[in-house]
Amino acid sequence: MTHSRFLLAVMALLALAVPAQAQGIDETVNAIFANSTGWFVSLIFSNFPGTSFPWIVGWLVIAATVFTFYFGFVQLRWSGHAIALVKGDYSDPNDAGEVSHFQALATALSGTVGLGNIAGVAVAIGIGGPGATFWMILAGLMGMASKFTECTLGVKYRNEYPDGTVSGGPMYYLTRGFAERGLPGGGILAVLFSVFCIFGALGGGNMFQANQAHQQLAGVFGDYPGWITGVIFAAIVFAVIVGGLKSIARVTEKVVPFMGVLYVGTAIIIILMNADQIGWAFGQIFEGAFTGLGVAGGFVGALIQGFRRAAFSNEAGVGSAAIAHSAVRTKEPITEGFVSLLEPFIDTVVVCTMTALVIIITGQLISDPETGLYVLTEAGNAVQTIDGNTGVSLTSAAFSSEIDGFKYILALAVILFAFSTMLSWSYYGLKAWTFLFGEGKSKEVVFKVIFCLFVIIGASANLGPVIDFSDAAIFAMAVVNVLGLYFLMPIVKRELANYSAKLKSGQIKKYKT
Amino acid sequence: MPGPVLVGYDGSEPSDRALDHAVALAKSHDTSIILVHVLEWSPYSFLTQEELAERHARRKDEMARAESAVLKPALERVSASGLKIEPVIQYGHSAEILARVAKEKGADQIIVGRDGSGGLAARLFGSTAATLIQIATIPCTIVP
Repeated sequence: MTHSRFLLAVMALLALAVPAQAQGIDETVNAIFANSTGWFVSLIFSNFPGTSFPWIVGWLVIAATVFTFYFGFVQLRWSGHAIALVKGDYSDPNDAGEVSHFQALATALSGTVGLGNIAGVAVAIGIGGPGATFWMILAGLMGMASKFTECTLGVKYRNEYPDGTVSGGPMYYLTRGFAERGLPGGGILAVLFSVFCIFGALGGGNMFQANQAHQQLAGVFGDYPGWITGVIFAAIVFAVIVGGLKSIARVTEKVVPFMGVLYVGTAIIIILMNADQIGWAFGQIFEGAFTGLGVAGGFVGALIQGFRRAAFSNEAGVGSAAIAHSAVRTKEPITEGFVSLLEPFIDTVVVCTMTALVIIITGQLISDPETGLYVLTEAGNAVQTIDGNTGVSLTSAAFSSEIDGFKYILALAVILFAFSTMLSWSYYGLKAWTFLFGEGKSKEVVFKVIFCLFVIIGASANLGPVIDFSDAAIFAMAVVNVLGLYFLMPIVKRELANYSAKLKSGQIKKYKT
Repeated sequence: MPGPVLVGYDGSEPSDRALDHAVALAKSHDTSIILVHVLEWSPYSFLTQEELAERHARRKDEMARAESAVLKPALERVSASGLKIEPVIQYGHSAEILARVAKEKGADQIIVGRDGSGGLAARLFGSTAATLIQIATIPCTIVP
């Protein structure tokens, strides 16, 4: 607690000393940040030679397709069973008090449902047009198979410490799974994954969240320098992850699910208020998906945006979910794989699609009435919107256009989502950090302090460089993770065959009828 | 020989009275006692990432604490009766667990103490005794 008092004192000093140079700080942070991360971003997002298609997007789509076929459309055939598992139909009553499937799923979801669904979708539609929605949904459905693969492995190869706590995730299945199969290179992949995971935690799991939370607050209270939001957020995050103020984390954990339901509920109401437009909206989505309807890069532009945002939102193939799901208590690791199938579905196919429909239906995107094509901004890289909104303010404008004052509720939701995502990612980042540098209180505090500093950087920098770095880091995790999954997928296939045999023979039975 | 008597026990005074009542009853019926302590738990609650990771360890601690701080003193207190007493610790919803364990063990009746909070709280959240008499399939005794 003395630490947070110290931080508060520093904050107060900063607030007194530098208001005059406020914008200056933001600009400096932005310039340094853009310069130092540019090379990494361009490496990850470089195109296939001779095309304008980023190789990384292809990498993820191919992975999801491979897993979908390899496991025989697991997302279609096992979703019903996944729901039964979450309901607890197969849970042994004597295991009560352990982490249930529902709890693992709920916590994993609160880490993924968030800004990706609200702001990320707006970014995708703002650049790729309505057609991006189609590719986003498709990526969500395919991503279910990637998630299934990684979460099964996450539980199977997790590390259980003598005191009974658990750590799991790609670092563990890459080392142990590879060793078990007698393959070389698992250790190197695990280290690489951990490095990228730390970047991802600081980028998408932190800076992007802080950045969009600031944009929300600025929208409500009027424009003010980003670093102020950053310092306040950093102080709260610091109090929770370093100061051990569990009560804040607990409140967030309980409020976030209700916010999620409120958000989807409101979206449904707005869509129903414009029921006559639903057909038209889906028409725009399908037409845009294959023609682009005039957006930058045509249909490929829409596709890239859709896939990018889906991956960023549901994190399928990224490996973070494997960390989140690994604490569940089950005798069959594959059961958590089934449960994790539901995550991209809820996250992308339900929540993201709601955001997309609301933006399209409320007519936020400006199209030329004569040609039916969308009008691009002067820079030519995005669709013109009614008030020039992008990101989360586009979503906010769309919701507020139908329900007055919803922007305040949305601002609260965004801030809470941002906060819960930050807490989740601080945990993922920490797990990667301790995997690299070993456990220990002081080592953990080093990471946590770095994490808090990046909150401030994220809130101060412009959206462009932040979003690029965030995406790049998260996709870099996927490069390593997916490569590992290819080598380990026969293990999952064996688990799947065993489990279905046990289910058929009645060895695994329902406890609830 | 009649089936055992099941007592819902949480270490409170009313639950001590319930246990005393059960001892007297078990003696006269020449049967045994099942002493059940329920740790309130819902598999649908929301936990943070860290709580998930520590859950298994916490559960072990909670069980050990329940054993040493709740059940052991109770068992010692009534050991003079010479009755056979089987302690059970379970996670879940109190009334549901009591009813389920009673069924599994073939108990003849369930005895619980009244928690005494008959006011607004009990009306809003429901008391264990009130839920129990709604769902139990065997006779229940509520000891005031």
